[in-house]
Amino acid sequence: MHQYLYLIPALPLLGFLILSLAGKHLHKRVIAWIGAGTIGAAALITILLGIEFLQSPPASGAYTQLLWNWFSAGQLSVAVSITADALTLVFIFVITFVGALIHIYSTAFMRRDRDYARFFASMNLFVCSMLVLVMADNLVLLYLGWEGVGLCSYLLIGFWYETPANCHAANKAFYITRIGDTAMAIGLFLLFKELGSLHIATIIEQAPKHFEAGDTHITLIALLLLAGGIGKSAQLPLQTWLPDAMAGPSPVSALIHAATMVTAGVYLIARMHTLFQLSPVSMTVVAVIGALTLFIAGCSAMVQTDIKRILAYSTISQIGYMFLALGVGAWSAAIFHFFTHAFFKALLFLAAGAVIEALHHEHNIFKMGGLKNSMRVVFLTFLAGAASLAALPLVTAGFFSKDPILWYAWGAANGNPFLWILAIAGAFITAFYSTRLMLVVFWGERKTPVGDHPGKWMTVPLVILGIGSVAAGFIEWPHNLVHFTLFSEQVQKVLPAVVLKQNLPSELIFQGIAALVTFAGLYTGYVLYYSNKGILEGWRQSAALLAIRNFLLGGWGFDDLYHALFVQPFLFITRINKKDVFDRLYNGIAQANININRLLSLTQNGSLRWYIAGVLLGILFIITMQLL
Amino acid sequence: MILVWLIAILLIGGTLCWLLAQWNKVFPKWIALCATVAGLVLMVWLCLQYKNSGDGAGSEWFINYRLSWIPAFGISFHLALDGLSLVLLLLTFFLGILSVLCSWNEIKEKHGFYFFNLLWTLAGICGVFVAMDLFLFYFFWEVMLVPMYFLISIWGDTNRRYASYKFFLFTQAGGLLMLLSILALYFIHAQQTGIYSFDYFDLLHTSPGASTAKWIMMGFLFAFMVKLPVVPFHSWLPDAHSEAPTAGSLILAGLLLKTGAYGIIRFVLTLFPQQAQAFGWWAMLLGAIGILYGAFLAFAQTDLKRLIAYTSVSHMGFVLLGIFAFNEIAMQGVIMQILTHGISTGALFVMAGMLKERLHTRDINQMGGLWTAMPFMGGAAMLFTMASLGLPMLGNFIAEFLILIGAFSASAALTVLATLGLIFSACYALRMMQKVFLGPATVTAPLKDMNVREWVMMSALTIGIIVLGLFPQPVIDMVKGVVGALVD
Amino acid sequence: MPSFTVHTVLIVSAVLFVLGLIGVLTRKNVIFMLISVEIMLNAAGLAFVAAGAKWQQPDGQVMFLFILAMAAAEVSIGLALVLQIYHQHKTLDVENITALKDEAVDEMV
Repeated sequence: MHQYLYLIPALPLLGFLILSLAGKHLHKRVIAWIGAGTIGAAALITILLGIEFLQSPPASGAYTQLLWNWFSAGQLSVAVSITADALTLVFIFVITFVGALIHIYSTAFMRRDRDYARFFASMNLFVCSMLVLVMADNLVLLYLGWEGVGLCSYLLIGFWYETPANCHAANKAFYITRIGDTAMAIGLFLLFKELGSLHIATIIEQAPKHFEAGDTHITLIALLLLAGGIGKSAQLPLQTWLPDAMAGPSPVSALIHAATMVTAGVYLIARMHTLFQLSPVSMTVVAVIGALTLFIAGCSAMVQTDIKRILAYSTISQIGYMFLALGVGAWSAAIFHFFTHAFFKALLFLAAGAVIEALHHEHNIFKMGGLKNSMRVVFLTFLAGAASLAALPLVTAGFFSKDPILWYAWGAANGNPFLWILAIAGAFITAFYSTRLMLVVFWGERKTPVGDHPGKWMTVPLVILGIGSVAAGFIEWPHNLVHFTLFSEQVQKVLPAVVLKQNLPSELIFQGIAALVTFAGLYTGYVLYYSNKGILEGWRQSAALLAIRNFLLGGWGFDDLYHALFVQPFLFITRINKKDVFDRLYNGIAQANININRLLSLTQNGSLRWYIAGVLLGILFIITMQLL
Repeated sequence: MILVWLIAILLIGGTLCWLLAQWNKVFPKWIALCATVAGLVLMVWLCLQYKNSGDGAGSEWFINYRLSWIPAFGISFHLALDGLSLVLLLLTFFLGILSVLCSWNEIKEKHGFYFFNLLWTLAGICGVFVAMDLFLFYFFWEVMLVPMYFLISIWGDTNRRYASYKFFLFTQAGGLLMLLSILALYFIHAQQTGIYSFDYFDLLHTSPGASTAKWIMMGFLFAFMVKLPVVPFHSWLPDAHSEAPTAGSLILAGLLLKTGAYGIIRFVLTLFPQQAQAFGWWAMLLGAIGILYGAFLAFAQTDLKRLIAYTSVSHMGFVLLGIFAFNEIAMQGVIMQILTHGISTGALFVMAGMLKERLHTRDINQMGGLWTAMPFMGGAAMLFTMASLGLPMLGNFIAEFLILIGAFSASAALTVLATLGLIFSACYALRMMQKVFLGPATVTAPLKDMNVREWVMMSALTIGIIVLGLFPQPVIDMVKGVVGALVD
Repeated sequence: MPSFTVHTVLIVSAVLFVLGLIGVLTRKNVIFMLISVEIMLNAAGLAFVAAGAKWQQPDGQVMFLFILAMAAAEVSIGLALVLQIYHQHKTLDVENITALKDEAVDEMV
């Protein structure tokens, strides 16, 4: 099967080409088949490939395919070459499998849209770029995928381009991720200067020989790469674009802004783990950024009223967990959280999309309510997703992936109690806002009449993802409970195993605390939004609490801060210099010439006697000069 | 001899256009099309020959044609071709055909004289790329200038006189300084060897004193920096670009600017290697400033063509940065940038021309939401906007990436400064896209999407930029010999 | 033949020349200006003759003949111009004939 590796990204590309060139002339059903079919086929190949990989792993640990030599100049030689090892396969599986489900869902969700072909063309291009990103065997090709997903994200956020707000959100996403990308590009330049290669395997091999641990250069490289990851993964301080990115259609949010693209930063750091390991400072930075982000974004998620914005902040927060795990050196835990998160967050977005569509494009959760019985399938799947998000112990995938992160935040060699406290606080917050979301949307009295019920093309992917949200966790158990660790066994062929501190208290205690905190969060949500709503009413009277609420609602004021710090000065500078200052210089020269001309013109007054006098003066002048 | 034919086809074609225009208004454009297509066919054939000869292994000149012209002053008609010239000539004829095609319906008066000027400008550009006698080089330098002046001042937009004077004065000022430098070099060479010669290969061995050489180099450099243009001398470009007819903008951006880059590579670096090295840091600084300054100005513009013109300033900053980094990777990037910028910016200008034909305005505030009416043009615009901001898969990325990664080893600080340009390029590119094609539809009049002629043009450009982005190696191989010899 | 010293003659010629010059500068009528120019020419001629006499050389007289011929030509062309000017401007006052006056450029093109 591995000789067909190239088909995995090639099929979506083919879909994109057909749809973008001939999409206008195709029937919607054909478009749907091409759009979803290519991804489905890619998913099928991936699954077969994965089975082959598990049964008879390749000797080198990776399948590699050289497609063509891209360019080579001087010492720089870059090939379009794809590779798939265990880490990559996890990503490919999520991208194609979850991607295919989201595509199938979209065929029904977008059925009324005028630009059906454009939607699927962009989605296919996205899947292709994302696959290139994770399959690239060198950093330039990775950068190609990296920018490619950025473009598709831009195109899809601004899919309904006639509304200026959507375009604005799309532009914002592109600008902010571009800042990270630029830092990453500088990181690549530095890496090339130091190591003379951008081939990932070579870098991984050469870096420990070339750099000493803690070298300034390696720290700089790691931090620059991290900046790229932060931009794409919407981490502090470049997180502000993701909530606005919800302007795109719901399947886009599910695919790009929850399951795949936003985890590209996680992939990058995991892929370049050797560089990060060589630089303890950058590891600490990763962990601190992750911890702070998960807390800050979680707090914002608690007070949002737009269903998609809640999920967006929750995504930022969950990726924060992944960063935290990466930062403390729990590599496979981070990847596992990515894996489960892809299922339950994609599910939540798709289910939210179904709710929004059924309620006539209503986004405000307080205008929803009472959907428990009228939208049975959506309710059940949403429940599975939210439970997984809240990490309900032992029955959900979210628990199996988040629990090790909480444990390693304290117990891993790089971990420390502060990180753990933030992570635990985040767990409480997550459980709280999941409960709030469920209770407000599905319980209580109905506020908006239900319109269209989702058809089977929408519900089937929901059900599959719902099963995934529960069952995906069972491939990796906490090793003190059941010794079954299929996932980390595979991933640890690529990524190093976590190093623990000495003399730690029992892991079971931490698991107990985590479970307790989760239930505390659930209960708080239950009290505030179901059993005793009066408390909340009381809080609304307090000006201080309201101010805090608005502060959190606005995402901790980052938008305003950046607007004042960067956007305004930039606009100011460009506005005052709209008419090029150098132009003024050259026009000044021209004007000076004109003035001289005007002065000299005075002597050319046309009066004959004036001229004669001039001649006379000239003669006198010459004679005087002669005499002297 | 084939090089003489290349230029002669254009000169004769141009003259025929002018003469036959009295009979029929349609003749000139067909003659012009035939002449440029014939040139391109010839170039493709030459290219294949060059490939077969093993990419000009070594620094041998592929064609070297020399004819005595004014022997009394040591002036000869000396044309020569190597990989660099070959690539540039290929671009010249490719864009030449497009410039003829995009003038197809745009020109309403004086057809004959228009195509005469168009072809003669192209001939001048071709001459510049192959002349190996400095006098002849200067001659062609002027040949491309004067017809371009007419193109702007006769068929330009409302403010055309100002723009054409400005264009002429700037270029001429640079040209005169270059002439002084050429003469200085000529006389110093005669003093040292007793032989009066303008020939490039003779003058290569001239060694004026260090400070003299510096001043002579400055003369050359000034002419080329005005043409490129480098930031303090760029002010002619936005006016000329925005006022010129579409074909004029296309040739200006796609080809004329490249003669500046070519001049620096061919003459400044080889005639004055040490002085150029000494100036390297400052030139890189100017390049980095140009990248940022051009991007800042592009962001503020409301005139579509002016906006694109300032993006050219920004992109040409990369060229300067790469040339003076003095290493192979950056130099390869520069040549790539010359090609890809010619295609991508050319395409944007062609698009601006199409919009002007339909909307009769260049003001982006009066556009918006055009994607709905013209999805294909919107798609093409998106592609070239992305090319302009350096998206991978498209040629510009290869160019900018090579330049930056090469320049990084020469000066990390300046390269970081230049790399920030990538952020600002996203700002202006997306703003342009947003203002013109996205947002609510503002134009109510029915708009036609691209017709067949426009389709052909855009697909040629699209294929060009994608092929250069995915398979740039043939071009890199073609100029490998030249670049290798340069950076040693 | 009464003998004048060269000195005296030169003074006379200088006086004549200055008179002519003043005439050119002050007269408004073109014809009077022409006459004044003639006076200046003749002053120069007188100086030549005196110098020739002083050095006993024929060159002085030769130059005077040249000046005479030139003055004749000048007058004929000058008068023809005067006629034309009068036809076109209906005046011979130089103050009113300022067709050669330069118009300053007002702004950039």
